[in-house]
Amino acid sequence: MTRFLSGLLRLRRGPWELLATLLIGLGVFMLMQPFALALYTWSFLVTLAGTVMFIIVSHFPD
Amino acid sequence: MPDPIAAVARATPDPIARKVRGLSDRAIAWLFVAPTIFLLLAINIFPLIWTVRLSFTNYRANRPNEEVEWVGLRNYVRILTDDGIWANMQTTAHFLFWTLFFQVLIGFTLAWLINRKFKGNDLLTTLIVLPMMLSPAVVGNFWTFLYQPQIGLVNYVVELVTGTPASSFSMLGPGGYAPWSIVIVDTWMWTPFVMLICLAGLRSIPDYIYEAAEIDRASKWRQFWTITIPMVLPFLMLAVLFRGIENFKMFDMVVLLTGGGPGNETLLASIDLKREAFEKWRTGYSSAYAIILFVTVFGLASIYVKALNKVKER
Repeated sequence: MTRFLSGLLRLRRGPWELLATLLIGLGVFMLMQPFALALYTWSFLVTLAGTVMFIIVSHFPD
Repeated sequence: MPDPIAAVARATPDPIARKVRGLSDRAIAWLFVAPTIFLLLAINIFPLIWTVRLSFTNYRANRPNEEVEWVGLRNYVRILTDDGIWANMQTTAHFLFWTLFFQVLIGFTLAWLINRKFKGNDLLTTLIVLPMMLSPAVVGNFWTFLYQPQIGLVNYVVELVTGTPASSFSMLGPGGYAPWSIVIVDTWMWTPFVMLICLAGLRSIPDYIYEAAEIDRASKWRQFWTITIPMVLPFLMLAVLFRGIENFKMFDMVVLLTGGGPGNETLLASIDLKREAFEKWRTGYSSAYAIILFVTVFGLASIYVKALNKVKER
């Protein structure tokens, strides 16, 4: 966990990519879940944020 | 033997040769790559940008002379607050979850069994992968016949096993079987693909790891959970992501089997999008719909590429 947080603070690719991947996964889940319309409404923004983040952070150093 | 390069050089008209000689290596490389880049821009990038632009308008392709109005985020808000589209997303999720579940389960089991050495191994592998090589259109038509209530093999087998009269139910009609019917067809068609990827993963595990485990008296069950599963997992994830992305866009096979029906029971997001774009002609609205699906697939594809790189590193 400490390594992950320090990686985030030092702008390292690994932890940031993991964060973006989680965000994309969360967005896809929100898009398709049957529980709450509000989650579906915000799903696109979450997926978009995750995808844009993934594109940016994949250029960070290892 | 005459030098072919010299022959080409001699055959090249003098003005062109002089021009090419004046170019740097980098410029020549660009000259070769330029047509491909141009095609990529014209076929992929330009339509994408155009779709993004249209998604903020009320443009209708069947009324080209009508004034196009800029509506801002209205199309996106409508789609993301629409109960009907939310239901379609859930239908897509149902299809996605169960196809992936069965394909991984059956695909991995088949790969595990095929990986053992026995007579006729290669022939069996070839037979198993046959459905994957068929066109989805052929598969759709072929299974429509199999699911026919009167003459279909599926209803006949169900009657034979359960005693339910074959013509009393329809796999593709009302009754709640249709979503499962498309899951069965997709599983039948694409399980071999998952099996092949799992097989590649299983064959990449060196024998000496199992030998070392045998020496340490690890049981077969323990070897399976601590060696086989962790080492095949990246390959399995790759298969899941690939099939997930493909099934998210699934269109042809389901259209041929059910056309989205009965009612909206098998109306996947991609089929609904096609209806909005080319039956209701709400081009601006359907562009926003397409962008939402595109961002989702693009996000999943990013994870897929990452997973692929991890497998390559192994």
